[in-house]
Amino acid sequence: MTDVATTRAAATKKSARTTGKQRRINPLNGVAHVSLFLWALATAGPLIWVVLASFKNNTEIFLGKPFALPESFSFKTYADAWSEAHIGQYFLNSVFVVAVSTAGTMLLGSMAAYVLARYKFPGNRAIYYLFVSGLAFPTFMALAPLFGIVQSLGLLNTFTGLILVYIAYSLSFTVFFLVAFFKTLPHEIDEAALVDGAGHLRRFFQIMMPMAKSGLISITIFNIVGQWNQYLLPVVIMQGAGADSKWVLTQGIANISTSAGYHAEWSTLFAALTLSILPMIVVYAIFQRQIQAGLTAGAVK
Amino acid sequence: MRHGKYPFIIGFLVVPLALYLVFVVGAYVQMFQLSLTDWSGYGGFTYIGLENFQKLWDDPVFWIALRHNVYLLIAMPIITIAMALFFAFLLNSGGRKAGGVWGSKVYRVIFFFPQLLALAIVAVIFGRVFGSDKSGMINGLLPESWTPWLFLADEQWALTCILVVLVWQAVGFYVVLFSAGMGSIAEEIYEAAALDGATKVTLFFKITLPLLWDTLQVAWVYLGIAAFDAFALVNIMSVNHGGPDNSTQVLSMQIYLNAFQNSQAGYASALGVVLFFLTLTFAALTLRVTRRDAVQA
Repeated sequence: MTDVATTRAAATKKSARTTGKQRRINPLNGVAHVSLFLWALATAGPLIWVVLASFKNNTEIFLGKPFALPESFSFKTYADAWSEAHIGQYFLNSVFVVAVSTAGTMLLGSMAAYVLARYKFPGNRAIYYLFVSGLAFPTFMALAPLFGIVQSLGLLNTFTGLILVYIAYSLSFTVFFLVAFFKTLPHEIDEAALVDGAGHLRRFFQIMMPMAKSGLISITIFNIVGQWNQYLLPVVIMQGAGADSKWVLTQGIANISTSAGYHAEWSTLFAALTLSILPMIVVYAIFQRQIQAGLTAGAVK
Repeated sequence: MRHGKYPFIIGFLVVPLALYLVFVVGAYVQMFQLSLTDWSGYGGFTYIGLENFQKLWDDPVFWIALRHNVYLLIAMPIITIAMALFFAFLLNSGGRKAGGVWGSKVYRVIFFFPQLLALAIVAVIFGRVFGSDKSGMINGLLPESWTPWLFLADEQWALTCILVVLVWQAVGFYVVLFSAGMGSIAEEIYEAAALDGATKVTLFFKITLPLLWDTLQVAWVYLGIAAFDAFALVNIMSVNHGGPDNSTQVLSMQIYLNAFQNSQAGYASALGVVLFFLTLTFAALTLRVTRRDAVQA
């Protein structure tokens, strides 16, 4: 009697658990897949549409049917966008500016962060907070005075000016992130090197930098993406006579978009957009894991 | 040991600090000075006291722009966080061991991608997606018999279009961010709660959400900054830089227009000063409101 009761109780408990689990997961899966799929479609849709439209002529574009295949695939629009709309030039400008300024940001940022994280000296906290306070205020706020400063230094409409400004505005987050990172690195190896007679410089370049590799990679990715995507700063600094030959990609494409309204060269615009999207897709496909980790690293502890 | 310490410290700090002081701190300090002048952006200036602030107070466009910023500042983070939490929870339900929902890795990759595109490029794309004739993607998808929607040319809907684009770009980043946060919650907590008969919804609100609170707070601040500066979108997408009829006007656009188009850089600096204090207030309020004792995982 007791035996039966216990077995039955155990059996009901077991079946309740299995059905409970099934009820919990299965219907949710249906909803889950539909909503996830819809958002994936909403994310990829506009991008696929841009690529398709880059092969279409104006008539096809104005006919509607956004996801219909183009009549023929010709790369003429791409050639036009690359040379006549100067996308090639803007692209190279962007590569140059971002390469130099990211390298500069990383070198200067890690130098400052290292000193602030590992050395005691008067004013240490004050300088740290000075750097970090830049995080609180959006760039656009002090636009007019920034323009005045760049102008008075004679750096308006120069790559040097743009690069220095990129570095200066990237330092806040870089220093903030790397100070926290350098603080977590162990002191033992550092001290051992000190005993062996390694100087300050040598310990920084040969011991701390290699140890901080993962943090440096994360913040490098963060800076590359951030500076590549800048629009406001180049619009403010790269203006004046002959500025259009020094524009970066975002500026150049935004300009084609406004002038396309008058000349109705929509396919050139779409080709330009595709040219700016494709490299990102390729890089993302290769470094997807590192990029996601690098960009989110600052936000999760 | 002490040998060469200070030369080293100074040597390492002087260049980064100088750059930062000149271009960042210098700009903010000058903003306060220039807000009291009639500087046009070029050449000299004279001090005019608080005239710029008086003008600002009486400027209806400033209040419109401020209202739009507040709207974006509230709507954009709420919608983005809600959607990102929803998708992240779907992707991670089924447990870490099971690897989440089928295809979750692919979804994460697709969702995240817009984050890599410049907001300016996204703005150009969506300027066309919201095109007001058949050449626009959405109107092209609608049945032939429908009257095309005006979208950005419609005062009523233009700002919503901007909001949609902000959300479209941001959601994927926060899906990945929240997924990472959810991944660090111990599986045992869920199993124990599930054994006690908790439903998915209960699990979400009683376990996931409280344990994710820190990440949510960070997300809110990041999104606030992103929503605050919708410059690229408004400058590229909107009709007439903030139009039609100021219906998409935001403060970053106002600063830009006054500084570089209306030759009123002093006035633009006064706008910056007001925003400086608004930002400080907002930051203090956010910290205050979202302050909560961290739940130990």
